[in-house]
Amino acid sequence: MAKYSVVGKRVPRIDALSKVTGSAIYSGDISLPGMLHAKIARSPYAHALIKRIDISKALALDGVKAVITADDIPGYKNRSPLLLVEMPHLAQDKVTYESQPVAVVAAISKDIAEKAVGLIKVEYEELPPVLDVLESMKPDTPPIYPNLYTNFISRPPTDVNARPSNIAYHMSVGRGDLDAGFKEADFVLENTFQTQPVHHGYLEPFAAVAKANVDGSKVTVWTQTQGVFSARGMIAEFLGLPATHVNMVPVEIGGAFGGKSFLPLAPLCALLAIKTRQPVRMEMSREEVLKDARPAPGSVNTIKMGVTRQGKITAVSARFIYDAGGFPEMSHTMFVRGNTFAQYKIPNINIEAYDVLTNKIPVTYYRAPSTPQSHFAIESQMDLAAKELGMDPIQFRLLNTAVEGDTAPSGEILPKVGYKETLEKMADYLKTKRSIKGANRGRGIASGFWHGAAGSWGAYVNVNIDGTVTLVIGVTDVSGSRTSVAQIVAEEFGLPMESVSVVVGDTDTAPWASPSVGSQTIYSLSHAVYRACQDAKEQLKRLAAPRLGVDISVIEFAGGHAVAKGDPQKSIPLAALARSSLGFRGEGPVVGRGSIAGLPPAPSIAVHAVDVEVDKETGKVKILSYVVAQDIGLAINPLSVEGQMQGAVAQGIGWALMEGYVFDQGKVQNTSFLDYRLPTAADIPMIDTILVEVNSTTGIYGLRHVGEPPIVGTLAALANAIHNATGVRFKSLPMTPEAILKGIQQVKK
Amino acid sequence: MTSVSSIGQFSYCKPGSLQETLKIMAEKGAGARILAGGTDLILQIKQKQKSPSLVVDVKGIGELNRLEYTEALGLCIGAAVPLSKILSFPIVSEKYSMLYQACSVIGSMQIRNRGSLGGNICNAAPSADSAPALLCLGAKVIIASGKKTRIVNLDDFFVGPGITRLEHDELLIEIEIPNPPKQSAGCYLRHTTREEMDISVAGVAAYIELFPELKVPKEVRIAMSAVASTPLRAHSAEALLVDRPITEKTIEQAAQTTVDETKPISDVRASAEYRREIVKVLTKRALRKDCEMLGIDIQG
Amino acid sequence: MRIRVNSKEYDIASGPATTLLDVLRYELGLTGTKEGCSTGSCGSCTVLIDHKAVNSCLVIAAEVEGKDIVTIEGLAQDGILHPLQQAFMDAGAVQCGFCTPGIILAAKAFLDSNPHPTESEIRQGISGNLCRCTGYDKIVRAIMSVSRSQRG
Repeated sequence: MAKYSVVGKRVPRIDALSKVTGSAIYSGDISLPGMLHAKIARSPYAHALIKRIDISKALALDGVKAVITADDIPGYKNRSPLLLVEMPHLAQDKVTYESQPVAVVAAISKDIAEKAVGLIKVEYEELPPVLDVLESMKPDTPPIYPNLYTNFISRPPTDVNARPSNIAYHMSVGRGDLDAGFKEADFVLENTFQTQPVHHGYLEPFAAVAKANVDGSKVTVWTQTQGVFSARGMIAEFLGLPATHVNMVPVEIGGAFGGKSFLPLAPLCALLAIKTRQPVRMEMSREEVLKDARPAPGSVNTIKMGVTRQGKITAVSARFIYDAGGFPEMSHTMFVRGNTFAQYKIPNINIEAYDVLTNKIPVTYYRAPSTPQSHFAIESQMDLAAKELGMDPIQFRLLNTAVEGDTAPSGEILPKVGYKETLEKMADYLKTKRSIKGANRGRGIASGFWHGAAGSWGAYVNVNIDGTVTLVIGVTDVSGSRTSVAQIVAEEFGLPMESVSVVVGDTDTAPWASPSVGSQTIYSLSHAVYRACQDAKEQLKRLAAPRLGVDISVIEFAGGHAVAKGDPQKSIPLAALARSSLGFRGEGPVVGRGSIAGLPPAPSIAVHAVDVEVDKETGKVKILSYVVAQDIGLAINPLSVEGQMQGAVAQGIGWALMEGYVFDQGKVQNTSFLDYRLPTAADIPMIDTILVEVNSTTGIYGLRHVGEPPIVGTLAALANAIHNATGVRFKSLPMTPEAILKGIQQVKK
Repeated sequence: MTSVSSIGQFSYCKPGSLQETLKIMAEKGAGARILAGGTDLILQIKQKQKSPSLVVDVKGIGELNRLEYTEALGLCIGAAVPLSKILSFPIVSEKYSMLYQACSVIGSMQIRNRGSLGGNICNAAPSADSAPALLCLGAKVIIASGKKTRIVNLDDFFVGPGITRLEHDELLIEIEIPNPPKQSAGCYLRHTTREEMDISVAGVAAYIELFPELKVPKEVRIAMSAVASTPLRAHSAEALLVDRPITEKTIEQAAQTTVDETKPISDVRASAEYRREIVKVLTKRALRKDCEMLGIDIQG
Repeated sequence: MRIRVNSKEYDIASGPATTLLDVLRYELGLTGTKEGCSTGSCGSCTVLIDHKAVNSCLVIAAEVEGKDIVTIEGLAQDGILHPLQQAFMDAGAVQCGFCTPGIILAAKAFLDSNPHPTESEIRQGISGNLCRCTGYDKIVRAIMSVSRSQRG
């Protein structure tokens, strides 16, 4: 990367110092004078009507300052519980999952708040819980919400014969002639695959602090959120206040992975802060996180695929069913459209997807939502087809890979993409690796696709009187975005990193930022930052040109100076320019502005190769090596990109081999890290990364999306490896030692 | 300060002597709980499984913190000695390698720096990792009350999940592990879903002591954890192996018999069936490992 | 009751039924030590007591009277970072940072008694500290680099 001097360099995170010294502030670290503590009273039932809530004894307890229920929430007025997108769902007339919040107590200490929660008496009428998605979809299963109609959550259905349903959303997309396609095939494979709900496993439990102003008309909130502006909007709606009456202050986030766009605590804190006129703090215990902080959905996925003997896929018919849990709002079907089979060229295809309600913990988005689940099915199926053909798995994929100009199943025409290149890079790499040998060893290959998203972002850049540059954004840093944008600013101004600072402002002072989701942050925020830099540079050039006696067009930036190209004697420090512009004859402060929306995403792919060894007597899996190749377009910070890839793979390993919820009648049984197993350092090998750089045509410097693609292919890669090691084909997860041993014994028979 | 939560309602004391401790226990009975490392007790108090009114910190009691080895008495481990201290006592890895193996898999480095062997035994979880090795090594426990001191074979110590032979006014003082004979070997193997930091699905310790001049077992002890309501010995399986040369066939038989002596349950961690499978595999592996250490050539 | 944290003496008002973790975070305002699980399963609350790494969520404050406690805030000496702190930054071993204080202290305690570990020994040594962001790769490399530089 000799092209750039700061972009492309392995730069340590600018926030790393505060983190290694313990001075970084997270939501749970905030303490304000006179702070109250709030605790949630939760439903013990997975499905029940609420007859009566008696808060009198709790209110009467010494030290209790307020108790709220759904009736107290301004944002609920005239609104169905189906429309409380990403807000806390204090139960109104029924509860739809165990642990659903029913009331909240604010008291002068945590102990008193907890005691008061125990004094809240709720009269329930228990209802039979709906526990299985396939059961739930049946027309004779009573709907959990009597006024929920498929695809018509926010408005009544147009069809007068429509009946309420537990299918919240149904998406259908496709093209071509399926019958003809399957006829053309030499063989047809049909399989159903299941995945389990899993939690993001962020180490930091939810916490929030809120403080109202003196007349309760405005509130300031500190909480973990992937988007301060979207959070502001949600809280304002919840409170019935204008958006600008809520100020979200950024804090460090201890892991998010998509699971911190919804706000289980902050709106409640804000309401209590207004009610009591005292600051209010809430936190979730790890048990509450596992019972109420929404996981990724389980899924049931059926794929029928027709293939010719030459290895061409002629037709695909697929159905993806996602278990939404107790609330309908975080649809996964909307992600299926753009992310399923999109890396392949399939002339005849039909995809159906469903979000189905059950009486279990509601779901939210987890790293590449819907896609690790769909790809467990897709990439296992691809492996089975390759085996049927006797073809190398990468070769089979290359034969069917989509390229620029092809039409994706969603109807989108593909821009420049690097699918082929990434597969080829992995194939080349594997040639240099010893092939895996041994009766109980196997190698698994899989690819993972992520379409990406873009969002809208603002940025402004101050050129300071000391010649340093400050970038102000409103972006939550979940993946190292502060450091990467600092690198862009340093690159554009010809400054060292030490002369660039990044400030993440609060919603009162920062420009708008979309949530940091969809791997959209660095990809599209970088445009806004780049534009802000160019804007500031134009101003500096206009100030420098007359002083240097040259034309604006020959001015460049290097070493903290504006310099005439080819004439290094003619230079002036940025500091001098910035200062002089403040004087009476100046133009005012040098402030650069950048703004972006509507950027088309740059779809990416990651290809995985994992070698495993299975103890055939116990079923225990040892991962011998793991390599993931990803088309990242261009790595602004390879250190950071590698870290994202490695973290994603580790999450996939946990998902594939050891994580999962144990439900009993809809109630979560494994509510601590003792029995919800996250991989430890001893469970994960070194994870090798290959950065493929097929520049996008839409991203600054050719960027693509980084954080999500690398998790997508992990589940199938491990399933394929275990198949090669043991002959056991897993169609459900997790692949625990017990499940593997059972499979081995069945294969023996 | 209001952010600090109480994990329970108890007072705390740290007696300076054994006598004082026993007096307190006689007075308080079941209302008092002994605190050594706290990695079980503090967790149980937080989860409301135990609600003592008094927590008695015994880390200052000399008798509970002894760690000594003599040829005559063998290894004497005070009840409150943390696992990490036991692991760094050279004689443990030299002469009691199966105990070393067992202690090194309990929890994590952080847990082992606090948790004690005495605590692991008194907590009496069916899955207690230290128990199988201690049972194989013929450990005894020294128990004291204000009225008397007694010695109990560890074989007789466990009664049920979380229940031991300790009376309310009794305190575990020390674990005594006799000197293993020269021609003996033992190992502890366990199975967990994760590599580390996990509660065992099943654990098996196997110990073989040979006759002085023969490669024939004089004494065999096989003990298991997590497959019954307490850690336990597989006496019938042991009997199959003594007084005759070890063969693959007898190992196979002993492993199967060991399984027959288990009473595993199905829970969130594993099914009973899987636990039985694992016990069979681990018993074979442990016995084979012992043979390897003793230089025994296992006949077909 | 008095406790000594990062070489400073503090008088503690909290009663016996409070964890060392709560006392550190909420009474002393030393929020560098984190609470991730409260069951001793994640290591985010790791502090050093007399140089040994422990989970402070399973220690009650009364137990540490007269002991030397070191939290992450006390690791750097006179403004000079401990080699592990520097190595973690340089190696890209810090992402969200929530596990970082606990894992650095655990690594320090581990290296103090295992100065020349293998990769496998390091992984076992820090297995009491969960990290969800990094996949552990760069963390293990950071620790190895410190152990190598301390060789000889």
